Amino acid sequence: MPVQDPAARARNFEEVALGFDRENALLECERCLMCPQPACVEGCPVNIDIPGFIAKMIGKDFEGAWNHLTDSTLLPAVCGRVCPQEEQCEGVCPVGDRLEPVAIGRLERWLGDQAIANGWRKTSHIEPVPFRVGIVGSGPASMACAADLAKAGCKVTIYEALHAPGGVLRYGIPEFRLPNSVVDAEIANLEALGVEIQCNTLVGRLFTVEQMLGEMDFDAVFIGAGAGTPRFMDIPGENLNGVLSANELLTRCNLMHAGDFPSYDTPLGLGKRVAVIGAGNTAMDAMRVSLRLGAEQVHCVYRRTEVECPARKEELHHAQEEGIQFHWLTTPVELLGDAENNVRTIRCQRMELGEPDESGRRRPVPVEGSEFDFEADTVVYAIGTSPNPILGQTSKLRLNKWGYIDTDATLATSLAGVYAGGDIVTGAATVILAMGAGRKAAASIRSYLGIRD
Amino acid sequence: GFPVVDRQDFSETTFLLEVSHPQMARAARPGQFVIVMLDNHGERIPLTIADFDREGGTITLVVQAVGKSSREMQARMVPGARLFGLVGPMGIPSEISDARKVICVGGGLGVAPIYPQARAFKEAGAYVIGVVGFRSRELIFWEQKFRDVCDEFVICTDDGSAGIKGLVTQGIEQAIAAHGDIDEVVAIGPPIMMRACAETTRPHGIKTMVSLNPIMVDGTGMCGGCRVRVGGRIRFACVDGPDFDGHEVDFDDLMARLARYRPQEREALDRYDDSCRRLAMAPAGAPSEKA
Ligand SMILES: Cc1cc2nc3c(=O)[nH]c(=O)nc-3n(C[C@H](O)[C@H](O)[C@H](O)COP(=O)(O)OP(=O)(O)OC[C@H]3O[C@@H](n4cnc5c(N)ncnc54)[C@H](O)[C@@H]3O)c2cc1C
Ligand SMILES: Cc1cc2nc3c(=O)[nH]c(=O)nc-3n(C[C@H](O)[C@H](O)[C@H](O)COP(=O)(O)OP(=O)(O)OC[C@H]3O[C@@H](n4cnc5c(N)ncnc54)[C@H](O)[C@@H]3O)c2cc1C
Ligand code: SF4
Ligand code: SF4
Ligand code: FES
Ligand SMILES: [Mg+2]
Repeated sequence: MPVQDPAARARNFEEVALGFDRENALLECERCLMCPQPACVEGCPVNIDIPGFIAKMIGKDFEGAWNHLTDSTLLPAVCGRVCPQEEQCEGVCPVGDRLEPVAIGRLERWLGDQAIANGWRKTSHIEPVPFRVGIVGSGPASMACAADLAKAGCKVTIYEALHAPGGVLRYGIPEFRLPNSVVDAEIANLEALGVEIQCNTLVGRLFTVEQMLGEMDFDAVFIGAGAGTPRFMDIPGENLNGVLSANELLTRCNLMHAGDFPSYDTPLGLGKRVAVIGAGNTAMDAMRVSLRLGAEQVHCVYRRTEVECPARKEELHHAQEEGIQFHWLTTPVELLGDAENNVRTIRCQRMELGEPDESGRRRPVPVEGSEFDFEADTVVYAIGTSPNPILGQTSKLRLNKWGYIDTDATLATSLAGVYAGGDIVTGAATVILAMGAGRKAAASIRSYLGIRD
Repeated sequence: GFPVVDRQDFSETTFLLEVSHPQMARAARPGQFVIVMLDNHGERIPLTIADFDREGGTITLVVQAVGKSSREMQARMVPGARLFGLVGPMGIPSEISDARKVICVGGGLGVAPIYPQARAFKEAGAYVIGVVGFRSRELIFWEQKFRDVCDEFVICTDDGSAGIKGLVTQGIEQAIAAHGDIDEVVAIGPPIMMRACAETTRPHGIKTMVSLNPIMVDGTGMCGGCRVRVGGRIRFACVDGPDFDGHEVDFDDLMARLARYRPQEREALDRYDDSCRRLAMAPAGAPSEKA
């Protein structure tokens, strides 16, 4: 798979992974063994019929292949780019036992991009039904739920708190992994289905979920509000200037265009030596954005080893190639600042792996007396999120013990007619799982409203 | 966009905007704020809802032009213009407690936002003492509005050109001395003023609520940029506040964090002033240079 040269791409926001062209896509399809019991389908959280769409591609019926693919995924151009394929479909493909597995994600991306470029639509006629559904948030869970309900004939309105739709796809995942043009195209598809998107609308505060079902007269509600609230560690020095969450860094950069300050008004104030704490996708994005915005050194501080690193392997690999310095088995214990309250130094401690914990991973334990300092003028926290409190504060929705919205197997919440899915139910997960949850909730809402297929 | 329907200029730097948003006018409660964006290149800036008119369907913002975004708002937001973004009401509404006697204190950009709280306390049956601070007589606004909802109203000016000469803390001391039974003080203004108010009431053990104004981005609890230190704990002002117990707030931390982007703010303002100057110099009809 062709990628941009690491030295060049570390300084630009162009997409890192270059797509297939038609010829290479077809060559890749030839590598599929058309397994009678395909492991890849089991490996995909939404069980896409992978050999099925590849067969259509081999027959050069690309639109047919896309139609087949999109029976299962509504966001192929997105998931083809950002799914952790190595743990899912591609991770179990037997071709990968000896060679590279079939590049399923790349093929989906290619089909998704073809659909956008050629304006392919599922042409099925929409039969209106007399139901209105309100949706909270506009991330992948909500986008998928809205699309399915609109196709079922419902009048769907999405309410998004920010001024632009897309959720993490917009404010979190950077341009070089997922171009905004792809998100825009998916949003345009929703609008073409008749979905109304109202931004600048903070549900819970402008109106409550209960009011949506009451005076606003929605027949059902779906909540896809994401996980969202960044965690800190509660170590000394965390409130120094220059210490921020990855969400803040990425929002300033991706949503607010702080990289183009002062043409855009939002400042970023990124330093020259950036340390990012954590090693998940969010951490990788924060590090690689920092490089592209001119940081001279970018360090990753992670308390476990490379083996436990939760990011997509491709992202870790790309980050290493781009020159990010990884400090495995290391944890910060204190941040030290200068007289102006700016962070200057990060004090770390070495860790070693002890007994396995609940997650089955070996628990990192501090090594006594191993403290050491290094210089950093920007420190970014990417150690996970907690549930956003707003809907809990403003509705009677039952939450689980971690503060996420409690649902049953059909994704129904404790309020009749209200369904929820995606990160606000599971905690931080993946785009494909959020998409799948949105579709599942749409199916539950259809049966709740008595809409037949 | 969100249409500006009315505007008043209180001084060279302070102006009021009335913006049409019927749904928000119905939902707003005292103590809440909005986030506005001037245009799609703009930053997201938080502003307290200084008043709301449920029948008229408008909310009122009172803005102090202090930097690039607020100055540009001052230049461009005239009746008929539209704000690109307006979201809210945000934050937990102020708790209008069952206090029988309260002092509502406003200074600087806090004068307008203290008004809905004073009114709410009045409506709840409390005895309301309003204390507001201005630099001098010409800057005073909303005097009658305050008098209508306050049982006592004290103006403090730096130069003594109106009311008592001195800081709002003197107004608070006076009121405490005159009434032995103040249940609560609510103070909104610059951090330095809110800290002074909290220190004034601390020896008397009077509950003192303040409204914190850290730098924000989304205002929805998603970024953590607005974190403040209260009672030794980290709180997010946009979703856990903006009101907190003034005796517990770490004001040094707040003030240090507010200085986070000073160099960039200066750069933005200089660049903006420069482009305004060049526009002003361009002969009428000549194509303006785009900065
Ligand atoms: C930086 C980053 C990188 C990631 N990389 C990957 C990756 O490579 N691959 C992958 O599979 N996953 C990745 N993820 C995870 C993935 O993005 C999420 O799991 C997914 O976006 C969750 O979707 P969602 O629809 O539940 O919510 P979100 O995408 O979080 O969207 C929720 C939306 O709801 C809005 N909202 C919240 N509350 C309200 C309210 N009260 N009223 C109105 N609107 C509201 C929010 O503003 C937001 O726009 C990444 C996440 C981050 C943060
Ligand atoms: C909850 C809350 C309520 C507020 N209510 C009002 C109000 O009613 N009227 C009013 O005039 N001002 C209010 N402010 C302050 C107002 O948001 C800032 O004055 C404004 O953002 C300055 O922007 P600027 O570009 O004009 O100035 P800049 O030159 O960019 O900044 C001047 C100073 O304002 C502060 N500031 C800058 N950006 C932000 C930001 N995004 N969020 C918060 N503070 C910032 C910083 O301390 C900075 O040094 C409030 C702030 C908060 C958090
Ligand atoms: S959606 Fe993701 S996991 Fe499923 S087949 Fe596509 S790339 Fe693989
Ligand atoms: S597992 Fe691999 S080889 Fe088998 S059908 Fe799936 S993609 Fe093709
Ligand atoms: S402003 Fe982003 S969390 Fe409060
Ligand atoms: Mg500014």
